[in-house]
Amino acid sequence: MTALSLPALPPPLRTVLRAIVLALFAFAIFGPLLNLLLWAFAERWYFPNKLPLEFGLTFWYRVFQPRGNALASLGTSVWIAVLTVALSLAVAVPAGYALGRLKLPWRSAILLLFLLPQAVPNLPVYVNIAQVFYQIGLNGTILGVVLVHASHGLVLAVWIASAAFASVDVSLEEASRNLGASPWTCFRTVTLPLAAPGLIASAIFVFLESLDEFTGTYFVGVPDVTTLPLLMFNASMGGNYQIASITALLLLIPSIGFMLVVERFLKADVLAMVGR
Amino acid sequence: MKSIATRDPIADRWVGLALLAPALAVILVFFVAPLAMSAVVAFRRKDGGLTLEHFAKSFDLYTTDLLFTLAIVLASTILIGLVAIAIAGYLTLGENPRAVAILRWLYRWPLFIPFVVAGQVMRTFLAKNGMLNHVLIGTGLIEPLSAQSLLDWRGIVIAFVWKQAPFVTLLLAGAMASIETQHIEAARNLGARRLRVLIDIILPQVRGTLLVGLVLSFVTMLSVLSVPLMINPNSPTMMTVDVAYRINTFGDYAVANALCLLSLILAAGGAWFYLHHAVEKVEHA
Repeated sequence: MTALSLPALPPPLRTVLRAIVLALFAFAIFGPLLNLLLWAFAERWYFPNKLPLEFGLTFWYRVFQPRGNALASLGTSVWIAVLTVALSLAVAVPAGYALGRLKLPWRSAILLLFLLPQAVPNLPVYVNIAQVFYQIGLNGTILGVVLVHASHGLVLAVWIASAAFASVDVSLEEASRNLGASPWTCFRTVTLPLAAPGLIASAIFVFLESLDEFTGTYFVGVPDVTTLPLLMFNASMGGNYQIASITALLLLIPSIGFMLVVERFLKADVLAMVGR
Repeated sequence: MKSIATRDPIADRWVGLALLAPALAVILVFFVAPLAMSAVVAFRRKDGGLTLEHFAKSFDLYTTDLLFTLAIVLASTILIGLVAIAIAGYLTLGENPRAVAILRWLYRWPLFIPFVVAGQVMRTFLAKNGMLNHVLIGTGLIEPLSAQSLLDWRGIVIAFVWKQAPFVTLLLAGAMASIETQHIEAARNLGARRLRVLIDIILPQVRGTLLVGLVLSFVTMLSVLSVPLMINPNSPTMMTVDVAYRINTFGDYAVANALCLLSLILAAGGAWFYLHHAVEKVEHA
């Protein structure tokens, strides 16, 4: 912004200004992450020392010990995320196909309904689901948490799947049908493979959302289901910044990895069809 | 678009509904029904009659927190908008290709970082002995004695902006990239400064995208529990913390749901703002 509003400056000064603004921005983005990294490897660190007094891996051993809470939570988190992806895609792929391919009455209204969980504060939903689940014994179960995650993940899954199916060229399907393929064979061998990159993208989105989800698990998962975000939260509130930072790093790896590759899965032709 | 499943539009309809049914059922049972339940529980007395007492109690205990929440979320939304416009604007109009490339690579790192991790990250970064203060002291910008913890409303706003601005920037930069470049070039040829081009020519064309991004962020931030719990759990705090407290400490679902409904009303305010401006845009067009 600064460089933008000062076009009258001489070129060398503009270069310096631009470098300063970029450096400040880089600090704003990476400073907090660097601080987390320091905490993850700090053995001892207290006020007023600028850097940890001692670096080490003691806390990493504690996190990764065979019977440690963290590995169990990681397992729980991944298992819940896998089940959530399976459930979401099982219902989102047919729905996405119908919305992306078939002429339906109320199509836009249905698409909007699927947007609801993104457009409405989720807290009331979690609070009441927790109360109902408590009465029917689903609170504190994996299934309960999966159902909550899936109802939220479905939004992205349906929207992306519908865009992915809409971007498949109809003439290819017609060719296969004219050559005598049954509707199911045509779907399985032509439509599905062509829509696959978009569907994989939606699967990754749902997986990440489930892996990172906090509020729903906080209400529905207690007291027996401890996912990685909950473990991180408990460690942080208990004042154990090393354990909290290491768990936070574990959660960061898939998030940042996905950020770096997202455009390979979500091609422009699919993105252009989102919400159409 | 011709359908493949069948060539008969009526049959198409039934096939479509059958394919949609499971997904619709999940949304209705696990999202719409609990939402409706919130409205019922918030107005129900113990004996089943209708009452406003839960709202009276909510306002009694939590009016400050309600205003605090609104102020924080509004301030964050405005800051997110300004940051996103600045970054997306430079990505679109920047004349130094290397600076544009660096900025494009930099800005999106927090994009998929979960709120709970953003909360933890900021909890250490913004603390009195956090890295921010050490850097400010080290560069001589502040005296060691004037170092203060930012873990109050400012910490929540910073965490929200840090986490949510990349999302809005991504949407906005995409929208700006699809504007016809002739308009921009024409204005530039006529001698308009880049800031003028951004405000007068580009922003009006991407207003819809900006509003969608900001309204989605506004609603999302209203529902975030982890960030206020980790950065500023003591009163005054955000309503999500109060809701969790009512439930975990008192099992008081009635007041919790009344508070939830109030946050829904705030969200509806955001939606109204969006629709109002979207309609205005259509009228102008």
